[in-house]
Amino acid sequence: MGRTKEELLARLEELKIDFKRHDHPVVLTVEDQAKHVGNFGGALTKNLLLKDKKHRLYIVSALADTKVDMKILSQRLGLGKGGVRMAPEENLRQVLQQVPLGCVTPFALFNESASAVSLLLDQGLKSKQSCYFHPLTNDVTIALSSSNLDKFLLSIGKQPAYVDLEASPVVGKDNPPDLADLVPSGAFCSSEESVENPTPKDAPQVNVPKEKTCLPEVKAKPKVQNKGAESSESKVLTNNGPNVEIFASDVLEVIFPLFLSEASKKLNIKQEELTQILKLDDFKRRAAPDLESVTNMFKNMAYTAGFHAGFDTMLKSGLGGMPSRK
Amino acid sequence: MASVAPEVEKKEEEEQVVNPWEVSAGKGGIDYDKLVDQFGCQRLDAALIDRIARLTGRPPHRFLRRGLFFAHRDLNEILDIYEKGDKFYLYTGRGPSSEALHLGHLVPFMFTKYLQDAFKVPLVIQLTDDEKFLWKNLTVEESKRLARENAKDIIACGFDVERTFIFSDFNFVGGAFYENMVKVARCVTYNKVVGIFGFTPEDHIGKISFPPVQAVPSFPSSFPKHFSGNDQLRCLIPCAIDQDPYFRMTRDVAPRIGYQKPALIESRFFPALQGENTKMSASDPNSAIYVTDSTKDIKTKVNKYAFSGGQDSVELHRKLGANLEVDVSIKYLNFFLEDDDELERIKKAYKEGRMLTGEVKQLLVTVLSEMVERHKRARARVTEEMVDAFMAVRPLPNMFG
Repeated sequence: MGRTKEELLARLEELKIDFKRHDHPVVLTVEDQAKHVGNFGGALTKNLLLKDKKHRLYIVSALADTKVDMKILSQRLGLGKGGVRMAPEENLRQVLQQVPLGCVTPFALFNESASAVSLLLDQGLKSKQSCYFHPLTNDVTIALSSSNLDKFLLSIGKQPAYVDLEASPVVGKDNPPDLADLVPSGAFCSSEESVENPTPKDAPQVNVPKEKTCLPEVKAKPKVQNKGAESSESKVLTNNGPNVEIFASDVLEVIFPLFLSEASKKLNIKQEELTQILKLDDFKRRAAPDLESVTNMFKNMAYTAGFHAGFDTMLKSGLGGMPSRK
Repeated sequence: MASVAPEVEKKEEEEQVVNPWEVSAGKGGIDYDKLVDQFGCQRLDAALIDRIARLTGRPPHRFLRRGLFFAHRDLNEILDIYEKGDKFYLYTGRGPSSEALHLGHLVPFMFTKYLQDAFKVPLVIQLTDDEKFLWKNLTVEESKRLARENAKDIIACGFDVERTFIFSDFNFVGGAFYENMVKVARCVTYNKVVGIFGFTPEDHIGKISFPPVQAVPSFPSSFPKHFSGNDQLRCLIPCAIDQDPYFRMTRDVAPRIGYQKPALIESRFFPALQGENTKMSASDPNSAIYVTDSTKDIKTKVNKYAFSGGQDSVELHRKLGANLEVDVSIKYLNFFLEDDDELERIKKAYKEGRMLTGEVKQLLVTVLSEMVERHKRARARVTEEMVDAFMAVRPLPNMFG
């Protein structure tokens, strides 16, 4: 389960990290947060949770004024143009566990479920005496210096990565994407050493985020300024085995826009009008039971085949049946 | 898990009788409040349901919303444990007495699947083929065969193969499982077991020594290859409330042998088509909808046999409306229609006479046909190899993921 704010603050104290704590009513946006702590001298930050096409997640933590251009960021990460977008609210819940909506923060990496999330820190944070972040809850703000943030990150095995977010280097054949190292390497916990040696640190994540579907009354806007592209609702594929609900949801999200597009062409209705009438959520609700059932059986068939193959391999070839990795 | 034996509850004033082998109602159907009082379990209230929704990050299953799973023991403790980040496992089972499963049989499995998906926890499913052999006139081979056949329908319900272990007693009893059985047996006197299950001196000793078999899957040490070293892992058992006596016995014994008590989440009974006070019986195919029924069968059964709370004539019906208390179609929709708002609209319209029995039944047929078709499609994909895989004692590395 997720870490609580109390656990985080206790850890900061254990590490003898100086921070100032401000309590206030729940805030969901930077503007609201500013109303309560704006006068205390620290620098407001905006924190974005981004997702790329391979469902990898990134937290970008920047000064509120820093311009973050998603297209440029995407290219610098080596994901092409438009390779990152705002992560949907489900990822927030899933990866950041008990962090409520509107509360993305670098401290979310305290959760084991977020170990594959890449953190990009705005260089500008270093220039401020102290910066404001939420400590896993949006009714508290803590102010601390970037070097203290680094101390915390190092203590949980993360290498702080500061980036000039406003730079826009040309990325091309002769200029490889400069932030490519910050793309999470998938199956393994992000290692502190360089990327070439992804030896699995411990076992693959055991505490994986619970896949959650949206609660019916999801409302809060994430604390962001950039409008991302239309957020697809596909969920993070954790390396915890194939998840039927996530797969079914992904499939429906692929099919539904295609269906709308076909229907709009054939019925001669504008697609915008159709989207008013036919809702993805209704479609998902109706289609999910059958699709999930079919998918589950497919997963069972695949597992069964693999299981028997493994069993027979052991019977016929013993341990020698497994290739060596060296 | 249920089988037939003479009941023993005091029949003072034509009381209702509820135990693993007999369920009979007094006038007016089962009094669930009385049952909860008598058994000493707790009611599942709205606060608990909200808590489940919050902890699992998804809407609660309609069986919870509609009060079908309505009672529990120690569910709070399980939720506390879960909230802290610790885990538990699920245990449910079936007495494979006949090849055909009906919708009432599916209900606990549908709910268990929801629990597995919502909490992401492992599940053990016990097929008590030995129990059926002991209580029915079956050969060992036939019992084992039925167990495998039933396993296929259970698999079709959509459990996660990566965290589900299905086993049959004839295959699995032995080793640590048997050690626990004997530990439990030593703690329950003959008198006690007669009191709980109503055995008589004429009953053979197979019956009398059976109860521990159903008790010990509640203890993780019964599954050393799956839960090795995790002796204090808690267990949650979804079941119908008539199984409560079994697990009262188990909960009584558990602390005496150093184990945790299993928690329970219990459901009401699923009504037969002919009405609440009648029994669903394998010998009467018209008393229930089977997972092998065609859409035509379903239509016939619902139209002909589903007890109606509507009035005898259309005019009278428009005037007086329907009696929802006894109407079986509404009860079935309560179980199987997902949309809460739509259900409310239908209930209101039917009660006020604006909707006719025929219309309600037509909707029910659609809902049930969809469900049964889905099940059939899934069932058709189950192979013997798949049953082997589910029943193999294999590592489940992602079971707590």
